[in-house]
Amino acid sequence: MLHTVNKSPTERNALESCLKHLKKGSAVLLIEDGVYGALRGTASTKMVEQALKIHPIYALSPDIEARGMQDRVIEGIKLVDYNGFVDLAVEYPGVQAWL
Amino acid sequence: MEEDAGGKVKKFLYINRKAPYGTIYALESLEVVLISAAFDQDVSLAFLDDGVYQIVKGQHTKPIDVKNFSPTYRALEGYDIEKLYVEKESMEARGLKEEDFIVPVKVIDTADMAELMESQDVIMSF
Amino acid sequence: MMKLGILINEGPYTHQASDTAYLFTKAAIEKGHKIHRVFFYNDGVYNASRLTEPPQDDRHIVNRWQKLAKDHHIDLVVCVAAALRRGIKDENLQEGFRISGLGQLVETGIQSDRLVTFGD
Repeated sequence: MLHTVNKSPTERNALESCLKHLKKGSAVLLIEDGVYGALRGTASTKMVEQALKIHPIYALSPDIEARGMQDRVIEGIKLVDYNGFVDLAVEYPGVQAWL
Repeated sequence: MEEDAGGKVKKFLYINRKAPYGTIYALESLEVVLISAAFDQDVSLAFLDDGVYQIVKGQHTKPIDVKNFSPTYRALEGYDIEKLYVEKESMEARGLKEEDFIVPVKVIDTADMAELMESQDVIMSF
Repeated sequence: MMKLGILINEGPYTHQASDTAYLFTKAAIEKGHKIHRVFFYNDGVYNASRLTEPPQDDRHIVNRWQKLAKDHHIDLVVCVAAALRRGIKDENLQEGFRISGLGQLVETGIQSDRLVTFGD
């Protein structure tokens, strides 16, 4: 399953809840305000780094750049564009949006 | 009413993570659930995070002049929609118990909820 | 090639959902995937308002969907119940969109290889 998260982790619990429900083989894609969950040195960094040890985590680069966060992304998080988003949606057997 | 789904039966999971009334998502999600009954699909409902508030007993919406749609969850049985799951951790974090709900539900833990999500063909979230 | 269904639950401009959905859909088409349907639900029905007039220097979200649908024969469906509740009717519906029942969303879930949801 590909899980998409579009909420900032400092505003809502979508990212936290999503990470708790990941099964082996699942991946996370951070989009829109969800990309704030991809940053170093935040209150949620440790939680995300823990998940990264087991699951691939992606962030939508156009959303990272729009928010001026391009130099703050946690090492190991892979950046994708909209083409990459489509590829992920196709690669995984389903897409679950954490709205 | 039966709809033609070309013979396909998929597992649909409706994920409810938002409380009722503050926003319309709970009600409009329920409206899709009711429609899906006509398609003979394998439907389940999951209540987690603030979504567990959707099905608590004792909702009186007259003072806010909004329709109380919580009794509709009890009507789902009549449409053969009987798989309602509540996440234990979400329920307990909100001081709720199984007897606080307006409908019979199956209380499952986070690991089983994750399993349930993974086993679906279509995830509906609003 | 895959058949994709798109669900949009928020209106234009207030939320980024419709923008992300558009850019995703466009990328999917360019990659050769088929879009089974784009379904507009909740406040998403406002994406179909013909009365939308953004400032000249801004993207026109409604017309952008309309053009994409015209160029690639995409079915843009607005939920009738959600639309009536919010004052979207045939008389203010942009060309290229059609109003239909919620069953079309369930059908999209059944017929598509993936359903991708954009909302808040």
